Amino acid sequence: MSGIGDCEKCEELLQGFLDRELTAAEHELAELHLNGCDYCRRRYTFEASLRRYVRLTAAERMPPGLMAKLVQLRGTDAQPSS
Amino acid sequence: MSEPEPDSEARRIAGAARDRIRFEEEALGLADQVYRVARRLVGSREEAEDLVQDTYARAFRSWRSYTPGTNMRAWLLRILTNLNIDRGRRIQRSPDLQPLEETDYYLANRVAESRGEQALEQERVVEGLSQDSIVNALSSLPHNFRDVVVLVDIGEFSYADAAQILDVPIGTVMSRLHRGRRQLKQRLAEEATA
Repeated sequence: MSGIGDCEKCEELLQGFLDRELTAAEHELAELHLNGCDYCRRRYTFEASLRRYVRLTAAERMPPGLMAKLVQLRGTDAQPSS
Repeated sequence: MSEPEPDSEARRIAGAARDRIRFEEEALGLADQVYRVARRLVGSREEAEDLVQDTYARAFRSWRSYTPGTNMRAWLLRILTNLNIDRGRRIQRSPDLQPLEETDYYLANRVAESRGEQALEQERVVEGLSQDSIVNALSSLPHNFRDVVVLVDIGEFSYADAAQILDVPIGTVMSRLHRGRRQLKQRLAEEATA
């Protein structure tokens, strides 16, 4: 069932599958293969955890004080002076 | 001599002020997410702060060009990426001219597996990486790849939104994303085995 031909197809679809950007038919095809293929499922798990890991470690919070500066920018164009 | 009814004019002005305030509050609520993406597109925290400030200054000035109900985060990031380009960022050679890439890990693993070696050793390797390594690997990507990888993987934008933000076809987003991620993995593996 999971001959190398299917694995190649699954690998092609893997990125789109992870990004939830496949058509319904493609998504189902990939999911079906992943359910039955240990190798590709490990590939999927690796890619998914790498994606998650990068997202979490590369995310930085705003430095303190930046928000205050942004708030100051409100209404910078001419407004009737009160 | 006809004059606009003072009441309706006052109501109009009050309505516009409310719209503007609503816009500003929604925009400020997204600042953290905008900064998160900005920080990975430029080299330093200072640059990211400047870029975000300039973005919001422009956003507040041109608030009327935002269509209520549409994706404001994408609208802000569009301003930001355009400003980033305006800052005279070095123009990268087209990624298509880059040298041929190494064999996909998939194929390498298949070969390794058939020889009885450990496949997917990358797993352990990547999990041991520090934040610095991840950040460095991301910043080492060519601008074209990095923009897309950051928007989709850090900003969590869809392919379509990323295409709109960068003003490129969706096929270009997919191709740069795929190649960018592959290069990222290669850099991470290099960092880990250095």
